[in-house]
Amino acid sequence: MLELLRHYFILPVTMFLFPAVVQPYAALTLETVLKIVAILVPLLLTVAILPYFERKIIGFMQDRIGPNRVGLFGLRLWGFGQPFADAVKLFIKEIITPSGASRVLFYMAPILSVAPSLAAWAVIPFDDVMVLSNINAGLLYILALTSLAVYGIIIAGWASNSKYAFLGAMRSAAQIVSYEIAMGFALVGVLIAAGSLNLGSIVAAQSGNFLHWFWLPLLPLLGVYFISGVAETNRAPFDVAEGESEIVAGFHVEYGGIAFSLFFMAEYANMILVSVLVSTLFFGGWLSPLQGLLPAQVFTVPLLGKMLGGGVHWLLVKTSFFLFLFIWFRATFPRYRYDQIMRLGWKVFIPITIVWLVVTSVLVVLKVPPWFD
Amino acid sequence: MLTSIKNYIQSLFLWELMKGLHLTGKHLFSRNITVQYPEEKTPQSHRFRGLHALRRYPNGEERCIACKLCEAVCPAVAITIESEQRADGSRRTTRYDIDLSKCIFCGFCEESCPVDSIVETRIFEYHGEKRSDLIMTKQRLLEVGDLAEKQIAEDRERDAMYR
Repeated sequence: MLELLRHYFILPVTMFLFPAVVQPYAALTLETVLKIVAILVPLLLTVAILPYFERKIIGFMQDRIGPNRVGLFGLRLWGFGQPFADAVKLFIKEIITPSGASRVLFYMAPILSVAPSLAAWAVIPFDDVMVLSNINAGLLYILALTSLAVYGIIIAGWASNSKYAFLGAMRSAAQIVSYEIAMGFALVGVLIAAGSLNLGSIVAAQSGNFLHWFWLPLLPLLGVYFISGVAETNRAPFDVAEGESEIVAGFHVEYGGIAFSLFFMAEYANMILVSVLVSTLFFGGWLSPLQGLLPAQVFTVPLLGKMLGGGVHWLLVKTSFFLFLFIWFRATFPRYRYDQIMRLGWKVFIPITIVWLVVTSVLVVLKVPPWFD
Repeated sequence: MLTSIKNYIQSLFLWELMKGLHLTGKHLFSRNITVQYPEEKTPQSHRFRGLHALRRYPNGEERCIACKLCEAVCPAVAITIESEQRADGSRRTTRYDIDLSKCIFCGFCEESCPVDSIVETRIFEYHGEKRSDLIMTKQRLLEVGDLAEKQIAEDRERDAMYR
């Protein structure tokens, strides 16, 4: 299909618009831009409708219905139009800049929050060949980008010229930085197990059957990574920075309109990113759980084989499951106190990851089957 | 010693957290208790105190005799009464206003009325678009009474042995 796209669309367009000298570069650029659009459009749509599902699921867990009145095109649609109505409301609101706020920093902070979580999708393998950028340092790239998220928060708190915002930003920044280390160590564990930073290779190292995936040998690291992911995205129960009842809205209290919606989007985009990373690094990414359990001939059956075999749909299923876990956690757990969060990050997770790194290294060196032989 | 080991293992393996997740997971699939207003309504007691009404006797004569007990007992001073002798010699009000923005819907006026004239009906779905819409004049109160007389009589009948 990519060949068809190249032959019928990209090549004609570049031949028409550009002189012959730059045509190959123009063709490559156009193709990359189209791939980026193909990743970002579904991602942004998901970021838009994820809050709807969150409200519905949390509602059901609390024995009530979530939003069920705002529909689309005249139909009630069980309230599916709610996120679009919210988006329109946020977009038409005025962005009030606080007096004394640094204008440039104030507007830059939400962009700094959203951009890394969108940029990290460049290295995620959706299939054995579908990946935007197949670099050999994929895991390092992701680690670097998730660490950039702190900047948006600190700058937002500082540029708001407000004590609430500043305190909320400091608390949130300290929390994120603390859990960065635990996350980094968990990823190092994955690196040791897979032997490569390339995400495609990491997924390939987990092929076999679902017991070959890294959730089994690296189980504590999975727990640490997922819980650190929840803490990094400031989601309940680690949402002390935006604890709605305590510090109002924390670091984004002075933001309204599109700027606020960017922060909102950044949180949900980070959620989706963490879910996709957990699926890719610990649960085999696009690999099918039935691989290795069913004989290989089943996967050559025309339609059913494609569905049961590996593919992007399995990645989506796994990501959805982890997003459901995020929402489930929010509905269940009371908020951690700030000192409890710090204690957890430094005194519990880091020792667990260090110990399990040693265990993983021993397993790899001894080539323990079925994972490392 | 043993309990502290048990606590340590439980906290390491997130046992209590799993129990919490199980509880909310159960509630995810249990029946919702939301009442979808306005299609469904919650059950309403016959003693519900809603919009006020001035009642009439079965022969059409208004019950109110301008004794001003309701005005005196009202804790929010919401009732204003002026009275005059009517052409046929009986004691009647010329002005009977209840300011709904002051009223606290306590029901004291109904309890104090010696002739069961002022009552609170079960009507709660009303609105006003100007401030003056919330001042119930005698005319409007009588109208509400005529509208809801059947339900008022039934509710008073049910409650009669307790009053």
